[in-house]
Amino acid sequence: MARIIVVTSGKGGVGKTTTSAAIAMGLAKKGHKTAVIDFDVGLRNLDLIMGCERRVVYDFVNVINGEATLNQALIRDKNCNLLYILPASQTRDKDALSQEGVGKILDELKKDFKYIVCDSPAGIEKGAHLAMYFADDAFIVTNPEVSSVRDSDRMLGILSSKSRRAEQNEEPIREYLLLSRYSPDRVKLGEMLSVDDVQEILSLHLLGVIPESKSVLNASNSGTPVILDEKSDAGQAYADIVARYLGEDRPHRFIDEKKGLFGKLFGGK
Amino acid sequence: MSTDSQQNAHHSPTLEFKSSTFSVPVLVLASNDVITIEQQLQEKIHLAPEFFKNSPLVFDLQELNSLDLDIDVTELINIIRKLGLLPIGIRGGAAQQNQQALELGIPIHSGYSTAVSSGTQKQQTPEPEATTELQVIAATNTLITHPVRSGQRIYAAGDLIILAQVSAGAEILAEGNIHVYGSLRGRALAGVQGNTEARIFCSDLQAELISIAGNYKISEDLNGAVLNQPVQIYLQNHTLVIKDI
Ligand SMILES: Nc1ncnc2c1ncn2[C@@H]1O[C@H](COP(=O)(O)OP(=O)(O)OP(=O)(O)O)[C@@H](O)[C@H]1O
Ligand SMILES: [Mg+2]
Repeated sequence: MARIIVVTSGKGGVGKTTTSAAIAMGLAKKGHKTAVIDFDVGLRNLDLIMGCERRVVYDFVNVINGEATLNQALIRDKNCNLLYILPASQTRDKDALSQEGVGKILDELKKDFKYIVCDSPAGIEKGAHLAMYFADDAFIVTNPEVSSVRDSDRMLGILSSKSRRAEQNEEPIREYLLLSRYSPDRVKLGEMLSVDDVQEILSLHLLGVIPESKSVLNASNSGTPVILDEKSDAGQAYADIVARYLGEDRPHRFIDEKKGLFGKLFGGK
Repeated sequence: MSTDSQQNAHHSPTLEFKSSTFSVPVLVLASNDVITIEQQLQEKIHLAPEFFKNSPLVFDLQELNSLDLDIDVTELINIIRKLGLLPIGIRGGAAQQNQQALELGIPIHSGYSTAVSSGTQKQQTPEPEATTELQVIAATNTLITHPVRSGQRIYAAGDLIILAQVSAGAEILAEGNIHVYGSLRGRALAGVQGNTEARIFCSDLQAELISIAGNYKISEDLNGAVLNQPVQIYLQNHTLVIKDI
């Protein structure tokens, strides 16, 4: 059975698109045919991160409006032939998406793909609602700060009451916490919430911690999802996340601060 | 036209009268000062805005009239409507008040209007009508096993039992007691229909607001000794008491 994963957060700029690109690539690299959809109609970001912006001919809205077929709009990834991207339109607004239209496209994708990753726009308005509505699994991307955590909590409430699964009284969406842009040093200085703080507030299964990392910016500049940068900490964090999602048991990393010489000598905690 | 009436002839009648009992909040007034009424009503609504939004309401003038306090019914109705409530009845009104209400399309509920003179009986059980009416639906328990998240609101006609956390920004309301077997960080309002016997129990108090029958405390009013503790909260002489359990 195909599974629909929504990558969502409530708050903007926390790393949803970065995460969508990375985990879609990770799942495909593990041999699962995967599609990643950009729901951020009007902004269009995913194609840049995936490095396929010059190959966009048709988009999500064209397919919904029947101006193109799904096959015409799907772009095959340049690095992995099991991964396809359905880009968002830059010229339309959110109202171009309808629940019925999205449902139809997802149903069609489900016949052919194992995983369908939906990159949600920020907020809790229509675009975010449509991105999560049909989901089976939700990756809640949260930054270790109060406002982001609060917005994630809000989004979790919406998932558990306004999704298709909730409305039809089916088994609820499986929710996973991805704590992103984590900086143990700043946690130690009290500038950020710790993993424990966030888990205490959200009481949610932690799928992984993604460290704050320059490699993310490098990756998006070069149009390759950061998970392909296997040497980078963020790349490894995403690889762990994909593996855990697929059932592997991997210990959590990137939670403790890197100890400098001083820390090593005098042993922090 | 003709096909319509033919169809109707074959089917059961288009309408039918049934008798049903509804539970409707009753606003019992003890003062005829409309400005204070408006203020206090506004405060109550603020505690549970979603619950009161477009809520039907019966207002009760029995007590006022027994104290010989006259009130301008037209103005009262305007205030109620202005605050987003929908008045659907007057009770315990004098003849002229009833007439004013009727003119504004508000029906008269006879209720106990005949019992105006039985003052002694009344003193033992204040607001007797309100409580008996409520008991009709207060029999059920609502059990919630998942976290109540920010922005979510749960209303229980009886007791509300939550086996998970209640997040900041969430709101739980019950006509009866509230039990939270997890952290209570949001707003919890028990006895929302006026049941002063209702209590709140929680295993970790961090609430933004707690209220019993409209008597409330906000987080700032909670002293450190009870924070993050398992407590019960109840009313004693119109004040909230927070005790550890
Ligand atoms: N782990 C990380 N380390 C450093 N920078 C990061 C990390 N994750 C994301 N970023 C940066 O944060 C910014 C926002 O990331 P991204 O576009 O993925 O967020 P988003 O949640 O999709 O935003 P939006 O809500 O606008 O769609 C980008 O500049 C990205 O490079
Ligand atoms: Mg994005």
